[in-house]
Amino acid sequence: MKQVLMGDHAVARAVQLARAEVISAYPITPQTLIVEELSEICARGELDARFIKVESEHSALACCMGASMAGARTFTATSSQGLLLMHEIMHWSAGARTPIVMVNVNRAIAPPWNLWSDQTDSLSQRDTSWLQFYCENNQEVLDTVIMAFRIAERIFLPVMIVLDAFILSHTSEVVDIPDRKDVDAFLPPFKPLLKLDVDEPHSFGSITGPAEYQQIKKMRHEDMMDAIRVIKETDDEFEKIFGRRHGPVSAYRCENAELVLVTTGAMSGTTRIAIDRLREKGMPVGALKIRLFRPFPAEEIASSIGGAPKIAVIDRNLSVGAGGIFAQEIKASLYGKATRPAVFGLVGGLGGGDFTPDAIEDIAKRLLGAQAPEADVIWEEL
Amino acid sequence: MAMDAKQLAEMKKVYSRPECLKDTIYHFCPGCNHGNVTRMVAEAIDEFGIKGRTIGVAGVGCCVFLYNYIDVDVMEAPHGRACAVATGINRVHPEKIVFTYQGDGDLAAIGLAETVHTANRGENITVIFVNNTVYGMTGGQMAPTTLLGQKSTTSPYGREFMGDGYPIKMAEMLATLEGAAFVARVACDTPKNLMQAKKAIKKAFKMQIDKMGFSFVEVLSACPTNWGMNPLDAYKRVDREMTPYFPLGIFKERTTADYL
Repeated sequence: MKQVLMGDHAVARAVQLARAEVISAYPITPQTLIVEELSEICARGELDARFIKVESEHSALACCMGASMAGARTFTATSSQGLLLMHEIMHWSAGARTPIVMVNVNRAIAPPWNLWSDQTDSLSQRDTSWLQFYCENNQEVLDTVIMAFRIAERIFLPVMIVLDAFILSHTSEVVDIPDRKDVDAFLPPFKPLLKLDVDEPHSFGSITGPAEYQQIKKMRHEDMMDAIRVIKETDDEFEKIFGRRHGPVSAYRCENAELVLVTTGAMSGTTRIAIDRLREKGMPVGALKIRLFRPFPAEEIASSIGGAPKIAVIDRNLSVGAGGIFAQEIKASLYGKATRPAVFGLVGGLGGGDFTPDAIEDIAKRLLGAQAPEADVIWEEL
Repeated sequence: MAMDAKQLAEMKKVYSRPECLKDTIYHFCPGCNHGNVTRMVAEAIDEFGIKGRTIGVAGVGCCVFLYNYIDVDVMEAPHGRACAVATGINRVHPEKIVFTYQGDGDLAAIGLAETVHTANRGENITVIFVNNTVYGMTGGQMAPTTLLGQKSTTSPYGREFMGDGYPIKMAEMLATLEGAAFVARVACDTPKNLMQAKKAIKKAFKMQIDKMGFSFVEVLSACPTNWGMNPLDAYKRVDREMTPYFPLGIFKERTTADYL
């Protein structure tokens, strides 16, 4: 069934279809529509979930962790400052191997106050052992939330799904909503590997020495790396039932490209418009969308770039003192390759600046003529 | 009846914009009491002549634009952290007058811990707490102060104590702490209550000026937008529904700084 949905409401519908059992959240713009909608859905009896209103995001995620350890499928949503407040529990819930699914609506971090799109909030969580997906449109948002529960519950690590503030969260698009029975077939009920159960007693989170500690961290890393395989399998299964797949990365017209523009989130669709226009003019440019950030799809990125001598990574985020975060990670992942492209690290759109097709076309035209990056960070004023 | 020039010249100005209230348009919705509270704080600062040594700390929510209205230095605090930020400022500048301006979603929820501990330490600051029983800025979600049965966007059939708990009575809670010097609850729904509110806000600043310790004024306010009411009905709701649960009055008033 096709419906016109805002990104936030697409999330709520996906969580409903996934039959989340515990939802705990705290209001923050521009996420609030998600929990308001879920609150309505629960109140109408259309989702049999405990909706727990807590006093902060820190408690929201801690509450989800407790519920997950007790054996329930759990969901939360937040943005920006709220995500930062969750940081401690993000490490803890991943360490506890609780398969929580969270949606973060990317919003700039204060100060100064700003409500608009900026990825620095979620990318600041890169070392918390959470999987991270960046979505391009509302269909991908809905699909990824459903897939996330399945992935999380197979590898026992939590998953964050990220969408752009307002550009997706509050913008209406046509979304194909799957049938409930199909989702039930794709996503069976949550079966915890371990849980708090007085009939089968366990304690969790106890103290360890260095050897066990490192071993546990190593296992978590290996499981995270293995998640790429699980993500691909999940994509295959999803495609079989629903006819759509999204992939860790997706390349667009990269064949014989001199320059590949690398993007994430909502600007990826805009970039393809610019690429089509440039290709019509005979310019050798392509685009690569990165959907998965953790685990980092290094091999998929390297093979998608192909032989392009130059790539330009457009970062709507900033690690102050280092530069755009996707650019850093891509540079590091390409370093060991025998042939590698020149990487232009572009930073722009912080706090919501709009990358229009014209702006992206201008970037491509400029960089097609450039030999090497003139600086580590190339600032884009939009 | 038109006045002539002589009559006009003889008129005395008895009411005007406080000196430290900026000549700008409030962003608040029609009927919101934030405007009254902001003005009363500005009047108190003027009346004590402390504008040059007052620092405000704004919470997150509808109170966030404090810096646009009161002409003193203002520090924005992360959500809930105003009392902790104010503590830091006050410890460095004990001779300054430091106040926070916070709503219920900020102070009574995400910022409950630091509010209680700031009061318990007896920090010499003033807290102005605007309680309108909802998260206003984010669009009317259930707050810790939401009344039982009150509908909000996250309690569409009304707040129930099973699962959602009871509305928190901040003034009563803080009054139990030894460190609190002055704790009062006032309302903005009638001219009489506004005059009482002004007295309490002045008293709170006076306690700080006299180094008596933590002073706290909870102001019951209307949020017509998120309550789905016109302003007059919203003021009636303050009287009929809020004050019976959140009684007005002074809950604690220390008379000497050395309370033991």
